[in-house]
Order: sequence, then structure tokens, then C-alpha cells
Amino acid sequence: MSFDRRDLFRLAAVAATGAATQAHARPNKTMPEEALGLLFDGTLCIGCRACMPACKEANGMPPELTPLEANGQTSAVWDAPLDISGSTLNVIKAYRDGTGEHKDEVKDGFAFTKQSCFHCVDPSCVSACPVSAMTKDPVNGIVSYNVDACIGCRYCVAACPFGVPRFTYDTPKPKISKCQLCRHRLEDGKFAACATVCPTGATLFGKVKDLKAEVARRKALAPGTPTTYPRGRIGGGDSYSARAGRYVPRVYGEHEIGGTQVLHLSGVPFELLDKPELPERAPAAVSESLQHGLYYGLLAPATFLGILVAAARRNMVAAGKNPDEVKKP
Amino acid sequence: MSAIDFWLKTSRVAKKLETSDELGAASRRFGLPRRDFMQFAATLVASMGLPTSAFGAVVNALTYAKRPSVIWMQFQECTGCTESLLRAEHPTLDKLILQLISLDYHETLAAAAGHQVEAARRAAMEANKGKYILVVEGAIPVKENGIYCKIGGRTAIDLVKEAAADAAAVISIGSCASWGGMPSTSPNPTGASSVATVIGKPVVSIPGCPPNPYNFLSTVVHFLTFGALPELDAKGRPKFAYGRLIHENCERRAHFDAGRFATQFGDEGHRQGWCLYKLGCKGPETYANCPSILFNDCGAGAWPVGTGHPCIGCTEEGVGFTKPIHSLAQLKTVSPPTQFARPGEEQGQGATAVTAGAAAVLGGLAIGAGVKLANNLGKRDDADEKARGGKP
Amino acid sequence: MSHAAPAPVGGKLVTPITTVLGVMVLAMVAVLAVRFVYGLGAATNLNNGYPWGLWIAWDVVTGSALAGGGFATALLVYVLNRGEYHPLIRPALLAALLGYLQAGFSVVADLGRWWDFWHIFWPGYAQVNSVLFEVAVCIMAYTVILAIELLPAALERLGWQRAKKKLERVLFVFVAIGVLLPTMHQSSLGTLLVVFGPQVHPLYQSTVLPLLFLTSTIGMGYAAVTIEAAISSVALRRPLEKEILGKLLQIGRGLMALFLLVRFGDLVWRGALHFAFEPSLPMLTFWVENLLFSVPLWLLASAAARGRARLIFLGAMAMALGGIVYRLSAFLVAYQTGAGWHYFPSLGELTVTAGLIAFEVLAIILAVRVLPILPAARSSS
Repeated sequence: MSFDRRDLFRLAAVAATGAATQAHARPNKTMPEEALGLLFDGTLCIGCRACMPACKEANGMPPELTPLEANGQTSAVWDAPLDISGSTLNVIKAYRDGTGEHKDEVKDGFAFTKQSCFHCVDPSCVSACPVSAMTKDPVNGIVSYNVDACIGCRYCVAACPFGVPRFTYDTPKPKISKCQLCRHRLEDGKFAACATVCPTGATLFGKVKDLKAEVARRKALAPGTPTTYPRGRIGGGDSYSARAGRYVPRVYGEHEIGGTQVLHLSGVPFELLDKPELPERAPAAVSESLQHGLYYGLLAPATFLGILVAAARRNMVAAGKNPDEVKKP
Repeated sequence: MSAIDFWLKTSRVAKKLETSDELGAASRRFGLPRRDFMQFAATLVASMGLPTSAFGAVVNALTYAKRPSVIWMQFQECTGCTESLLRAEHPTLDKLILQLISLDYHETLAAAAGHQVEAARRAAMEANKGKYILVVEGAIPVKENGIYCKIGGRTAIDLVKEAAADAAAVISIGSCASWGGMPSTSPNPTGASSVATVIGKPVVSIPGCPPNPYNFLSTVVHFLTFGALPELDAKGRPKFAYGRLIHENCERRAHFDAGRFATQFGDEGHRQGWCLYKLGCKGPETYANCPSILFNDCGAGAWPVGTGHPCIGCTEEGVGFTKPIHSLAQLKTVSPPTQFARPGEEQGQGATAVTAGAAAVLGGLAIGAGVKLANNLGKRDDADEKARGGKP
Repeated sequence: MSHAAPAPVGGKLVTPITTVLGVMVLAMVAVLAVRFVYGLGAATNLNNGYPWGLWIAWDVVTGSALAGGGFATALLVYVLNRGEYHPLIRPALLAALLGYLQAGFSVVADLGRWWDFWHIFWPGYAQVNSVLFEVAVCIMAYTVILAIELLPAALERLGWQRAKKKLERVLFVFVAIGVLLPTMHQSSLGTLLVVFGPQVHPLYQSTVLPLLFLTSTIGMGYAAVTIEAAISSVALRRPLEKEILGKLLQIGRGLMALFLLVRFGDLVWRGALHFAFEPSLPMLTFWVENLLFSVPLWLLASAAARGRARLIFLGAMAMALGGIVYRLSAFLVAYQTGAGWHYFPSLGELTVTAGLIAFEVLAIILAVRVLPILPAARSSS
């Protein structure tokens, strides 16, 4: 016969390696020039949580009457979400240790952190979504969700390393909920509701490049130096005077999975705030490199199929036999 | 004060007291109708945070206790504290100074003047040595040996040290006496200092500019009733009055929590009565009971924030007269409020006895079937071996 | 030598076993009614930390892998021209079709917005970067191919010989596609995890996941074929095709060796081997899987052992079980979404999974009784 099994394997191996070498590993995506984002400075946050109801109001979301069992509550009358969820896009959480007396200290201290979408530069949710319901705006970089496209597979929920897209499990017509940086308010000249109401500018809205400059400025200040903090959004005119905070060196979101458009500064290490340790290489880029490497131009599958058809034809038809009576080799 | 009224109307203790001889004597002493006296006494009890069972003791003290001698000295001050006390309604000051205490020296109120009044002071101090209460209003300048404030040719330092030496208790009224107040504002040219620093021993501080008269009266009555001063915090302030942040009891707190802030005087939020934090309200870093007991006995809203002005933190050292009025307060969170979720809150439903049991039953069934099948096949193997005549 | 042609087994359709299976299917229908009326939360323990639960990890990922016997056997028989395995092909294809049908069914039950399912295939919605897109399209297409591959059996039963002949002339194309597609999506089921990044424990997360899933799927496929053969031989009191199955498991052993080699090689390559010795739940499952995968390597090492029905069966069971644990733990145990999250399948989820298995078994029992699937009974040689 023209080729035997060994030849078949050889051919398949050649096809596979050929495809793999032709496919280029996809690098991480890069930040859009005019990307919009948030800066959350935990040292400025006073824990007023004004951003939480403001977010709900701006996005038309219902309150979550969750009793905090950790505090011995059995019922709740106020909106007290445990976490972001199908009906909460933004939560201020508090780390606390021991007596919880000192702000931004690890021992016997407390610190605030914000949980909401990070608007990754190379988002896993966008890469995972099989139906383009999750998209990243090419201009402002906002990761947004289209309920009309969504099939509710929750691959985005599973894929996001920050645990951001959330699903409404309690309804037969569910959807994904996630912060979309109040993109519906941008047209009217408004901006993210959480940043709008934040009384201390702990949540600050702006272009990512401006936010990064602000981060650099804050980190360069010696703790305690009198300084001016913008409030609301960068360039919005509102500001106030206070003293510079003491930061841990890391800026969360600068490098995590290739960078995010929401940056976090903190006075305590980020692992205490449940912010995951993430590599710089975006999982989306790894996944797409692998997938496109295997399926580059459909070369490998097409080659493999050709071999399979040839072999099957030879064994089933050319031999002139009923497939039920395939000859013994 | 509706809670107090309610208690007065419903409590059996109150009913019994109202008709008692004691109360008759007391109300005559203060020149108040019985009901008004009851309310005064109840207000004091409530503002001290005492149990209602202490009501009888307080009334008793008000009725029969020997009036303590009070020496009231004034140094670097504006007389605002006295003015505020003058406006107390329950009781009025005349009742206070004639019936509740024996105000033996007070520069503003004394009919006498000059050497005459100084002699009265010395006489009172001599007569009640070790028993009088010294109240100081105003800061004490210490620069250049205290030459910036002299009375009768003697410096304030000298006078306050002399008076404090034989006092049963020293009360500094107002922020100036308590921690320096406005005169001590940077650059503090006169070296204005608190009473406690000058005399070098702890005093009871009733800071405020002016302080609420009830905080002073309650402290005095506590002393009369129990023979001891009320519980104090680390800064010498009675805990019943200064134990909580203004922010904690503020009627505008809900607006703060909801992110509704006035950003300018007269803007929409300001007219709606929203939170004044962004206007520089110092309520979140100032300890005082202003929002709970209010001022001037004229009903709701009668305190600075209630009228629409941000709190300036007048009671708090390092805040009042130090921080610009419209600068943002440093929020003092005693500890994160309980309603905060923690990072990594427990969520989701793990295995329960029922689900784990059901899963175990399913897995067990599969494995059991597998074992049975394996045994069955094993028997066949043995049969085959036997048929072939080999060893099993 | 020509094998006996497949023929219907015959026999009663309503038996105590089929009745129990029917009841289990009805219980599943009841749970699904709750799920479709009140939402996923009412019937499942799925949550935002574990958005994928038993229905995905077992019914879709594991179920379809166990159904891999269809393509694995087709590969052997038609592509590699090993005709001796031919008696296994129709039962394997039937099990595969049912496996894939139940996988597809679970997907629909699991999809929150199932009525928009067609978006995956629709230009404008379809998102080709998504691994799930590839999986969904492939699985869908393969289910159709499987049905076509089994069509001759139905045509035979109906007596439409001409149609059957015509179909058989072009069947090789479908057989070829039917080998390609599972190769693609079974490996992609592993690739699904890659985008989860560091959320998947380093013992599991790797770019060789597609290769590991593919090799273990083929092994699980052969194991499933062996187990099905063993079950039907015991149930129908027929002799077991020990010779064929022994050879099949010899291939399975090769695959297991390859799997273990790749898995450990990759761990060494990534410098992650130390995680295999750091106590954690994924570490435990990791060793359980490896142990199970290694069972056929030593249990069936000798030709004599491969001639014993019991050992053949046990080796196959270990291989299948290893694959099951590997898939369940990759998706549910090694997937660690963040502190504080818990998940264990609810009673409803377990009922549906059990119901689907019952449905499969029921369908196989009924099918072999009325359709020419199993080789006609021969007297024991």
C-alpha cells in the first residue's frame, strides 16, 4: 500500500509542527490611547460607601438585603451586599484585623478596598465569550456586555480572574451583570457614578494615562506631605487639600494580566484585600495563542482530515468491501 | 425630648416622685413648676446616660445637697461659655447660681468689682478649702511668664495655680480652657495653654465653643449626686457627652451613606438638607453630643449642622480653629462598621449531609456494580481455566 | 475471518431495570421543570464562584469523553484498518451518540439563555477566539456525524437496502470527519481551562492540556468500549471478546504511558513538580488520577493478564475512573476561584446527572433489543 500507519503518523506530526511554527504567539493586547478608567486609592477611602448606592441608582439595580452572618445578623433591612453579584456591580469591602483601630495598618488595623470590573487591557471574558456578548471598546477600552447576544454560558464568569462578571441565577431569564464604567452616562458628559459621588476622590475617574501620572505623583510624595487631591474626575476642577498617604509599593492593575484600566493603590498588601496574584502574561493571550496555533488557517485540521479521508476511503471503499466486513490486514 | 416626656408620663417612679414632698421642696427651691423641675432633672439624668433608677438620687441631690462653692475664673476668653450658660432654660442661670451651686466668684456676674470681689474670692477659697469647685473659662498665656493676662496685678498662671491647689475638683469649661482653643491658634503669640498643662494635674474638660451648658450642669449634678466626677476619657472629657463622634448621631448621616452631598452653600443638595461633608463638616472627626442634645432648648435642628453649616470641630483639639473650615475632615472610623463585607466572604453552598450522601450513593452504586461485574467475570475466567484444564 | 453481522438482541422492553431507569428519568424531568421555570439557582448550587458545576464537568466534559469510544474505535477500524475490532464499532457509535446527545442536552439545561443558543453559529455573534465556540460547533457537528454513522443500522432495520448501499458508498467521508471532530473538541475541552489562567491549580493548568485531554479521552473511549462489552456480555450471557479487548487495552496502556509521560514531563518543564508534594486538595486528586491511570500499566502488563476477563475489566475501569476523576477535578477541584467560595452539586443537579445516565442506559438497552447493534450471538468457542 502507498502508505502505512507509520507514514500516517509522520505526516500528521509534520502537519502539526508546521502549523505550530507558522502560528505566531499572540502578545498581550495594548492599552488604547484614550482608554478610560478609575483609580481607587484605599488610603483616601473613608468607607462611606456612597459609591455603592450611587452605582445602583445609575444602573437601576435592586438592593441586596444580605444579613452578614459573620456579624451575627439573621436578617437585614439595608442594602448590604456581601460581594458584587447579579444585582451589585460595586462593593467596598473592609479588611480588618484584631481590634481594627488603625486605618491602613496590617496589625489591629483596617483597610478598604473596592471590588468592581478592572476593565482589563486583554480581558479574559472577551476572549472566552463564544457569542461576542462581551466586547472591549477599541477607543475607550470599556469592557461592556450585550444581553441580546448572551447565551448565558457563564464562561466569562469562570474565566475572569477577578471574579467580576456575575450571573443572575435566581431568574429563568438571567443575564450577566458587570460594571461598564457607566458608559450609558458618558454621552451626557457625566462619568462613572461611583467617582462622581466619592467625597474624597478615593475613586477617581479619568483617562488611564492621566490616572497613571496621578499615581506616579502620589507615590513620589513623602507620606504626610500636604498635597491636593482631585475629586470626581481628573481635570474636573474639584479638588481638596490633605496629606499624602503611605502606600505599599505595588500599583495593582499596572501589570496584572497585561494591565488593567482600573488601578488600585493601597496602604496594606493587596493579598489581604483578596486581590489575586496574577502573571503579566494575559491568560486570554495564552489561550488564543494555543488555540490559533493549533487551528492556524485550519491547516492542521485540513491536513489531518485529508489523511483521514484517504485512509478511510482506502479501507472502506477502495477495498470494495462492505464497511461491515472490513478486511483483516 | 419626647422619650423623656414619655418616661415622665408613664413611669411609676416618676408618678410617685411627682407627688412626693421631696419634689415639692425641690420645685420650690428652683422656683419651677413640679412638671418643669421633673423635666430638668430627667434631662440631666438622660444626658449623663444614667439609668432611670438614678432619677430619685438626682432629685434628692438637687433638693437637699449642700450647695457647693464654685469659683469661676476667666482668662483668655470671650465670655461665650458664660453667655451660653446664661441662656440655659432648665434651670435658668439665676436658679443655678442661687439654688444649685454657690457661685462665690464670677467676674462677669459678680455685683462687686475690683479689690472687693478679689477679697470675696479669697474668703470663699479660705472658707471652703479643699471643697470648692474651680471652674476655669479661657486659656492661660504662658509666654513671657504669663504677662499677657493679669487680674489685680497677678498673672493668670499664678491665679489658677493658687486656686487649683485647694480645689476639690477643677473643671475647664470651653475649648480655650480645655486645650487652648482659639487663642492657641498658630502662631499662638501669647503661648495660650490649657488649664491642665498649667496646673499639671488632670481636670475635667468640657470643651466646645461654646460648650453645651447641659454638659457642664450634668457634670456638676453628677458630682453632687454621687460625690464623684463622671467617667472621663483620655482627654478628661466626660464620656457621656464626648464619647461619640458627631457623625455617629447626625441627622444628615443617611445622606452621607447614600453619597448625597451639598457641594456649595445654597446648591440643590444644600437646600435638600444633604450631608455637609464636602463643605468641610468636621463631624466625622469631632467628639461631642451636639446632635443629640441640641442647643437653646428650642427644638429640632438647633445646632450648627442642623442649620446648614458644617461643623467646625470646635470641641476637638487639632480640628477646631486649626483646620480650615472648608477643608475635608479626616474621617475617624472607630473601627469598620459591622455592615462591611470582608474580602473573601464565605459564599456558595458546599456539601451537605444530603448531597454528599446522594453523591456517595451514586458513586457507591457504580462501584458496587463494577465489583459485582468483576466477580462475575472472574468466575467465568475460572470456568474457562477449568475447561481448559489449566490451574486457576 | 468474517465477523458475525450485527443483529437485534430481542427480548422484553419493560423489565424491572428499565422501570427503575424510567423513574430516574422522570425525576430528572421534574428537576428540569423547576430549573426552566424558576431559573438555575432554584435547582442547582451554581454560584458566581463556581459558575460551572456538575452538569458541565460531568455531563459535558466527562460524558463526552466516555463517549470517545465512538471515534477512538472508528479511528482504529476504518483509518488504521484494524478490522478485528469491527464488532465493537456499532455499540461504540451508539454509546457515543447517546453520550453526545446527553452532553448537548446538559448544555441546553445549563445555558442561562438557552433560547439564544443559535448565536454560537451565527455570523456576527460567533466569536472565533473563544475555545467554547470551537467546542460547541465541533460537538454539534459531531453529533450529526454520529447519527449519520449509525444510520445504516436504522436503514437495515427498516429494510431499505438501496438507501443503505448508497449511504455506505460515501460513509468514509463522514467516518473521516467523525474522527477529526472529536480530536479537535476533545482536546479543546482541555483548552477551555487555559483562559482560566492562575485560577486553575498549577498541577493542572498547562498549555499541554489539549494533548492530555486528547490522550486520556482515547484511553477512556477504549475503556468505555471494554466496559460496555463486559456489561453486555454478562447481561446477555454471551462470551466476552477477550482477545480483541485485550489488544484494545494494550493500546490504552500505551496512551496511559504517554499521558503520564507528558503530564510529568510538562510539570518538570514548567518547574511545577513541587506542587505534587505540597498538601492540597488538587494534589490529592492529582495522585489519585495518576494512580488510576497507571493501573493498566502494571495490571495488564502480561499477555496472560490481558487474556483474563476480570483483569481486562478492572484495567478498563481504572482507566475510565482515572479519566473521570481527572476531568471532574480539573473543572471543579483544581479550579479555585478565590477565597470563600463553596460548591457541591445540589440534590437537583445530582438527580439530573443520574437521570441522564439512566436515560443513556435505558436507550442502549432498548436500542440493542430492537436495532442491529451487537454482533449476532455465536455459540461460545
